[in-house]
Amino acid sequence: MKSAVKKFKGLSDKAIAWIFIAPTLILLLAINIYPLIYAIRMSFTNFYANKIGREVKFVGLKNYKKILGKEEIWEKMQITAHFVCWTLVLQALIGLGLALLLNKKFKGNELLTTLIVLPMMLSPAVVGVFWTYLYNPQVGLFNYVVNFFYDFGIFDMIGSSTLAPWSIVIVDTWMWTPFTMLICLAGLRSIPNYLYEAAEVDRASKWQQFIHITLPSVLPFLLLALLFRGIENFKMFDLVAELTSGGPGSATELASINLKREAFEKWKTGYSSAFAVILFVTIFGFGNVYVKVMNKIKDR
Amino acid sequence: MMDTSRSPSEASGFSRKLAATIIIVYMVVTLIPISWMVATSFKSVDSAISYPPEVFFEPSLEGYVNLFTNRSRQPKDYLDSLPPPDTWYEELVRSREMVITGPSKFLPRYSNSLIIGFGATFFSVFLGSLAAYALSRFRVPLKDDLLFFILSTRMFPPIAVAVPIFIMYRKLGLGDTHVGMIILYTVVNLSLSVWLLKGFMDEIPREYEEAAMIDGYSRMQAFFKVVLPQATTGIAATAIFCMIFSWNEYAFAVLLTQFNAQTAPPFIPTIIGEGGLDWPAIGAGTTLFLIPVMIFTVVLRKHLLRGITFGAVRK
Repeated sequence: MKSAVKKFKGLSDKAIAWIFIAPTLILLLAINIYPLIYAIRMSFTNFYANKIGREVKFVGLKNYKKILGKEEIWEKMQITAHFVCWTLVLQALIGLGLALLLNKKFKGNELLTTLIVLPMMLSPAVVGVFWTYLYNPQVGLFNYVVNFFYDFGIFDMIGSSTLAPWSIVIVDTWMWTPFTMLICLAGLRSIPNYLYEAAEVDRASKWQQFIHITLPSVLPFLLLALLFRGIENFKMFDLVAELTSGGPGSATELASINLKREAFEKWKTGYSSAFAVILFVTIFGFGNVYVKVMNKIKDR
Repeated sequence: MMDTSRSPSEASGFSRKLAATIIIVYMVVTLIPISWMVATSFKSVDSAISYPPEVFFEPSLEGYVNLFTNRSRQPKDYLDSLPPPDTWYEELVRSREMVITGPSKFLPRYSNSLIIGFGATFFSVFLGSLAAYALSRFRVPLKDDLLFFILSTRMFPPIAVAVPIFIMYRKLGLGDTHVGMIILYTVVNLSLSVWLLKGFMDEIPREYEEAAMIDGYSRMQAFFKVVLPQATTGIAATAIFCMIFSWNEYAFAVLLTQFNAQTAPPFIPTIIGEGGLDWPAIGAGTTLFLIPVMIFTVVLRKHLLRGITFGAVRK
């Protein structure tokens, strides 16, 4: 079979393979890897992108030392951690709950799933803008509904530094819970029926079935969903940039928002490149450890 | 397909009804913010800032008129000296004691979104399907590492590479141009398109091309005439995903474009009226911007899961 195929004219398979892969590789190297190396190089200098004539000096690890020694950066990291942890917890719980409910096959199931999924397909920046309207302390629908159930009087979700970190958690959860839901649902649907039938024969209670069959089967799927969400939310920029733009003060200044301020408002290119490298290494490190743990759980 | 055995997925009537009720309640609540924005786009400026929020209101196209035009406030005697308005929208603007001074930037921004979105989608799907085919069919050295490398480019925070790209583009003259943004979005989408399309192509039996090649097709012909038509559904789904991602992208757009190639997401927040944000106009912009995505989502519903997990989870 193979030899019969090979006899025919044209380029060799090996040549075709490289011709097909090359454009993708070249583009990724030019627009992703080269900028990354460029950023790493700049992170060792005192370069300012807005001061063109200025001499660029090599400063060694100074930028890195400055960042890691700065209390402010740890504050940003804490703000980011607060955001990432709460969104993951809420999206895991609500998403799994919804998936369990949707898995009970009822009429209109597919239509409802599609409608519930809508928020996550929207542009995060535009979502950020229209939530500023919903959160408006004078005329916002969100504030009206909350006050309808319990009268807090006038409160400002975006303007108050205690509420603002929660305002971004709420919007992100609203937007991305369908993501965990959809993936968990796929996990639930992959459980073969005979497992439950066998459990019925063994007189296992519904609760036992849930703990010993449902949960272990859906867990790898949930963990995968959380990996995606974790990475995305650690880099979170667009939604929060439009919703609170890091404010009030720096109450919601996530790592990426801070990075944008340093790089594109203060133009500290060298310094912000070092911060970008630190963020990237953190994501990559966390991601790798997480995948290892996830695979161990899967193998068990 | 009839399965009469009982399992948790075919629970008793009551628990199924309860589940359906909770899901419907969640669906209604979760769609309120979106419906509210659509409703706001049909309110008048005054009605949008009334409290308590108006659920029932007299529909108005003021938001849409404001979205598409620039206006300026004029004194009453000047307005009276003008000839009567020719069109309904001019009349509407006049009734607010203003005159239309010209079209707004919304349409150019919207068409930028379309041009850049379609351009990037075309190139990322085209290049992606070539690479995906090679990775799916041929023995490529270090294949797994290559695939992981392609995926890992997604882990960079966009802001991290934005600075070097900003400097690079400034040197190459690609800053704030359509070409520059198309190249950038193509690259951003490549990882997704390669991973998704490789999954779809893995599912097409090799026997098809092999049979075609025995019939005298070259490998290239077999790829273009046999594999690509077989992969149409997968390619369409991938294309829609790439389109949605480029359509929604904000970080690069806000940092790298200003005038010429600015897309709609960084523009919509800047719509302002007199004394604060013009909510009906923002609502109108949002509505027009979100409609295509909502239609796409409905079209895509069978492939959603695959798309959002880069093909890691298939149904």
